[in-house]
Amino acid sequence: MRPFTYERVRTPSEAAAAAQRPGARFIAGGTNLLDLMKLQIEAPTHLVDVNHLGLDRIEETGEGGLRIGALVRNTDLAADARVRRDYAVLSRALLAGASGQLRNKATTAGNLLQRTRCPYFYDTAQPCNKRQPGSGCAAIGGITRQLAVIGSSDACIATHPSDMAVAMRALDAIVETIDGEGGERRIPIAEFHRLPGDTPHLDTTLRSGEFITAVTLPAPVGGRHFYRKVRDRASYAFALVSVAAIVQPDGSGRVALGGVAHRPWRVEAAEGELPRGARAAMVAILDGARPTHENAFKLRLAERTLAGVLDEARS
Amino acid sequence: MTPPDPIALSRRTLVAGAAAMTSAGGAAAAPAAATGTTPSALTLRVNGEDRHLDLDPRTTLLDALREQLHLTGSKKGCDHGQCGACTVMVNGTRIYSCLTLAVMHDGDAVTTIEGLGSPEAMHPMQEAFVRHDGYQCGYCTPGQICASVAMLEEIKAGIPSHVTEDLNAAPALTADEIRERMSGNICRCGAYSNILDAITDVAGRPA
Ligand SMILES: Cc1cc2nc3c(=O)[nH]c(=O)nc-3n(C[C@H](O)[C@H](O)[C@H](O)COP(=O)(O)OP(=O)(O)OC[C@H]3O[C@@H](n4cnc5c(N)ncnc54)[C@H](O)[C@@H]3O)c2cc1C
Ligand code: SF4
Repeated sequence: MRPFTYERVRTPSEAAAAAQRPGARFIAGGTNLLDLMKLQIEAPTHLVDVNHLGLDRIEETGEGGLRIGALVRNTDLAADARVRRDYAVLSRALLAGASGQLRNKATTAGNLLQRTRCPYFYDTAQPCNKRQPGSGCAAIGGITRQLAVIGSSDACIATHPSDMAVAMRALDAIVETIDGEGGERRIPIAEFHRLPGDTPHLDTTLRSGEFITAVTLPAPVGGRHFYRKVRDRASYAFALVSVAAIVQPDGSGRVALGGVAHRPWRVEAAEGELPRGARAAMVAILDGARPTHENAFKLRLAERTLAGVLDEARS
Repeated sequence: MTPPDPIALSRRTLVAGAAAMTSAGGAAAAPAAATGTTPSALTLRVNGEDRHLDLDPRTTLLDALREQLHLTGSKKGCDHGQCGACTVMVNGTRIYSCLTLAVMHDGDAVTTIEGLGSPEAMHPMQEAFVRHDGYQCGYCTPGQICASVAMLEEIKAGIPSHVTEDLNAAPALTADEIRERMSGNICRCGAYSNILDAITDVAGRPA
C-alpha cells in the first residue's frame, strides 16, 4: 500500500468537507478499497473513515418506503424484517453475494461503489482504460467469458459486479448524497451507474468528494420477489448472470439483470413482454447486445434463468 | 465472475507488505517520515486485554495481531478476503482481519483463536474439530473455528442465508445452511465433511 494519512469523521458534512482534500477517499467497510490499495490500483493519500456517523439505521419514510443509512452493513440490511417481508428481492440479492464475513463488514454505499472484477483491471501489467485512462483495453480481444454482452463500448467491456445494486435497480431505489458545500442530491438508481462510453474510469455519476448518506426505497410494490444468480460455484463467487425479478399475479412485473453490463441492466419498455414469456421478454431486454464468441452464452443463460423464475412465479 | 487468482496476487502483495512492515517498525522511523506516514496510536481490546499500539495506518488488523501482538493463530492465506484463514471476531461479529485497518478498530474488542481456548482448556468447537479430524494441514483451522463459532450465533440471531427457504421464518440448523454459511472459509485439503461434522456436533448440543 502507498502511504496515506487517516482521519475519523463524526458527521456527514464533516465527511464531505474532509473529502475536498486532494487524494482523499472515504473508507467504509474497506473490503473493496483495501483490496485495491494493496495492489496499488487505488492509491489514496488520505483516508476518511466514515464508520462513526450514525448512518447505520433503517428508517421508514413518510411515503411508506425505507431509508437505508449508507453505513448499514449488508448482513443487517438482508436480515431486516421489513426488507425480508416487503423487499425480498433485496435480501435475496445480498445473501447471494460474497461471504458471511464480507457481508458483516460491507456497507450499502460501499457495495454500490465496488469496482469491476474484470481480470485485466486487476492486472497492473495490462493496459486498462478504467484503471489508467487512455492506456487501452486488454480485455477486448482477450479472455472475455465473464465480461459484458450489452451496453459496452470500444473503450471498455467490463461488468458491474454488485448483486445488491441489481435488486435496487428493480426496486427503483434513490441514492441520497451530500457534497462539500452542503448541497444535497437525490439520484435515481437508473442514473447512478454509468455506461462506459469513452470515459470508463467513471463508474457512476457521483461527483468527486460527494458523500452518500442513504439509499431510499419507494413503498413496496407487492408481487413475488426473486433473485436468481448463476455462477461457477454454488457460493462465494460473482455472477455470470443474475436475474432480479418482481412478478405480479397477472404476469406483469419488473426484471433487472446482473453480470451482463457496466451497470445493472433494466429496460422498462421491454417489461410489457413479460406475460408473453421469457424468450419474448429477453429478446427485448437484450436488444442491441454485442457479445463475444466467449460470452454469447450469457444471452441464452439470461433467458433460461428468467424462464426458471417465471415458472416458479406461476407455481 | 471469479475473483482474481489469490496465488498470483499474493506474490506482489508480499513486496508491498514488506515495505509496509519496514515503515511500521520503530527502527525504521526515517523511511516512515520520508513517506509522510505518521504512526497512529490506538487501543484494541484483544481477548479481554487492552493492548496499546503505535502503528503505521497501513497496518491491517491481521498484521497488527500477528506482527505486533504476536498472536499468530490468525493466518494470512490470500490477504485479499478470498480464503477466510484470517477470520476473527470484532465486537462478536466475524470478519476478515486482512481487509480492514487496525486504526479503524480503535476501542473495539477483538477475539482471536487464542481467545477462544487454549490447548489445556479448549473451546467446545476446538474440541469438536479435534474429535472429528476437521483438518489436515491445519492452516485454515483457526479461521474455520472462529467463523463457525460466530456463524452459529448468526443462526441463533435469525439471520437468513442464501439457502434459507422461507425468509420470514427462523433459519433451520441443517447441513445445507451450515455449508452455505461456511463458504467464506476455504480448506485446500478438502476436510469439509469433517468440518461439517464438527460444527454439527457442537450445534446439536443443548446450549
Ligand atoms: C472475495 C470477495 C468476493 C465477493 N463477492 C461478491 C459477490 O458475489 N457479490 C457482490 O455483490 N459483491 C461481492 N464482493 C464485493 C463486496 O460486496 C464489496 O467489497 C463491498 O460491498 C464493498 O463495501 P465496503 O463498505 O467494504 O466498501 P469500501 O471498500 O469501504 O468502499 C468502496 C468504495 O466506496 C466508496 N465509499 C464507501 N462509502 C461511501 C459513501 N458513503 N459515500 C461515497 N463513497 C463511499 C469508497 O471510497 C470506495 O471507493 C466480494 C468481495 C470479495 C473480496
Ligand atoms: S474491459 Fe474495462 S476494466 Fe477491463 S481491461 Fe478493458 S477498460 Fe479495463
